[in-house]
Amino acid sequence: MSSAPVSGRLPLRKRLPQMPEMPKLRRDRPLPDPDEQVAWSPIDRLGVAACWAAGLLLCAIAFSIVIYLLVRGIQFVTVDAIGQHPVVGQSTDAGPSTAGGYLDPILGTLILTTIGTLIALPIGVGTAIWLSEYGRPSWLARAVESCVEIIAGTPTIVIAIFGLLVFTQNLFGFLSFTAEGGAVFGRSFIIAGIMMSLIALPLIITSTREAMQSIPAHVREASYALGKDKISTIRRVLLPASRKGIATGTTLGMGRIAGDTAIVVLLLGASLTLQGQGGGVLGTLKGTGSTLTSYVFANSPAGEANSPEKAYAAAFVLLIIVIFMNFAVDMLSRRRSDK
Amino acid sequence: MTLASRIGLRKAGPRNKKNRADQRAERLLGALACVVLALIAGMIIFVFQKAWPSFSHNGFDWFSPWAGGNVDDELNAIFHSSASNPVLTMHAWPLIWATAVITISAVIIATGMALLSAMFIVEFAPTGIRRLLEPVVRLLAAVPSVIYGLIGILVLVPWVDKTFVTDSAKQSVAGVISLNGSSIGVGILVLTVMITPIMIAIVVDALRSVPATWRDGAVALGVNRFRALWTVGVRAARPAIVAAGILATARALGEAIMLSMVTGSVAFAPNPIDGSIFFLEPARPLAATIIDNSEGLSVPPFAQTLYAFAAVLLVSAAFLSFAGWYVRRVLRRYTLSPI
Repeated sequence: MSSAPVSGRLPLRKRLPQMPEMPKLRRDRPLPDPDEQVAWSPIDRLGVAACWAAGLLLCAIAFSIVIYLLVRGIQFVTVDAIGQHPVVGQSTDAGPSTAGGYLDPILGTLILTTIGTLIALPIGVGTAIWLSEYGRPSWLARAVESCVEIIAGTPTIVIAIFGLLVFTQNLFGFLSFTAEGGAVFGRSFIIAGIMMSLIALPLIITSTREAMQSIPAHVREASYALGKDKISTIRRVLLPASRKGIATGTTLGMGRIAGDTAIVVLLLGASLTLQGQGGGVLGTLKGTGSTLTSYVFANSPAGEANSPEKAYAAAFVLLIIVIFMNFAVDMLSRRRSDK
Repeated sequence: MTLASRIGLRKAGPRNKKNRADQRAERLLGALACVVLALIAGMIIFVFQKAWPSFSHNGFDWFSPWAGGNVDDELNAIFHSSASNPVLTMHAWPLIWATAVITISAVIIATGMALLSAMFIVEFAPTGIRRLLEPVVRLLAAVPSVIYGLIGILVLVPWVDKTFVTDSAKQSVAGVISLNGSSIGVGILVLTVMITPIMIAIVVDALRSVPATWRDGAVALGVNRFRALWTVGVRAARPAIVAAGILATARALGEAIMLSMVTGSVAFAPNPIDGSIFFLEPARPLAATIIDNSEGLSVPPFAQTLYAFAAVLLVSAAFLSFAGWYVRRVLRRYTLSPI
């Protein structure tokens, strides 16, 4: 082969096809909307519109409820009424009745929530631990699980009427007041509190269980490796780690207790003020009373004392309590997710 | 007891089955779980035992739509009968019908609303609205039913009375019932608002837990965002949607206070043949009947009738939780949903 240069051959750079001019990437121009790049059929557009409508409707409903109650509440709530005992008084044509306060209903709500939570918390946490950490034999665990599901779905009115059936037995006479004929009244703060604990129970069990199951297995194994047995692992490691979940469940349960009416109407007696049976704390617990929910119910047009102004005022106080509890749950769950 | 444990050496953790403290703890916690089990078993047995005379006296007529009779008259007769010569005739169809109509309509509307709102929150809402909506949904879910009832009876019922109840509508049902705004329509509306937030919370969680890669895959195939969410996200979340529906149904079924306030408390079976007036007709579901008549619980035959209502609600609740479990199990076969 000769070493003569091959004529007609262009240098490499010239031989490549001419590249088209690349557009310069400009950062200040927004990227094309991905939604514009794909086909949107009319039905899809309608679907998105429906989603927007539903979301905005929800906002509108929530705000109209809160603002309406706020306006009505501020109209009728007076600060000193919170410290006063309620009195019976119907609204007449002459004017609305706003006489009396709601000290007793507020106290009633507090007492009932406390009793219910104090009973539900140990049982709920214990059951949740057993379900999540032991659960033997498995048929029993499954039965308990479905029972928890059934309680969660049972109407509170059925729980209330069942409580009345149980606690009017003579065996439980010490929990409420006994009439002269020997008939047990079966209505008191303790009794209502015990039945209230049933509606908080599923919430506590579920959230405790979820919290415990979300703890990775290696945490338990590390504890065993240090020579701890199962129960001290639960006490020292698992329970502290699921504290937030327990707190969330408990607060949710407290909200449900504070907001329930059916059990109060049936099991707390229909007295407006706290009617203790004998003196002292125990007497109050054995006695009857009212809560904010039953106060609202009694003062609504459906109740015995028809005075909507009082109902609005009490509903306002109740709503404030609910919003506060909601806020507490929010804080608790946020702290948990931060961790 | 092994030698090692007798001299104070403890073998670690769960391998050591013969650890005494551990066994004691397991038994204690298991006993707590059994308490929950026993409570539910007791509830079912007690309520049914108490309700049995009412069922056995009426047989199938208790449930039959063709049995006739006026529930309010029957309740009155039962209330005034004596223990030695009890009247137990009860044809409860109007109550069952009212419960079914209100529950089913509210759940159907709420399912649609909740699905759309959840899709809005997960996919379409701008960040600002989403931040606002999530606490709003939680708040709406926590508002006590008596507050919804109060708004229903003081705002919606008069509004419906003024707007929709015309004189001709009143005359068309004159002599049977009187229309005054308290109606199943208002009941369905308020109940929908009550149960929608409960469902939204569950559906949002489920849609969020659908793996993002699934949706990305659909989007990469050139499908728009709505289609991707609808065909992949919603389909994968079906078990959770069913669970939410079941929970909402249970809640709606047992709602007593709110429905007793807004549906007019007349044991009338609204007739679909009446056309649009159907939704303006009053009714009274089972749970509301119990709470409205709770003063009569001291009269034995009357109490037996009320416990029969409670038994029907209890069976429905248990059936619902079973149905929910079964449907979720079936659906889980078709999806890989992590729920």
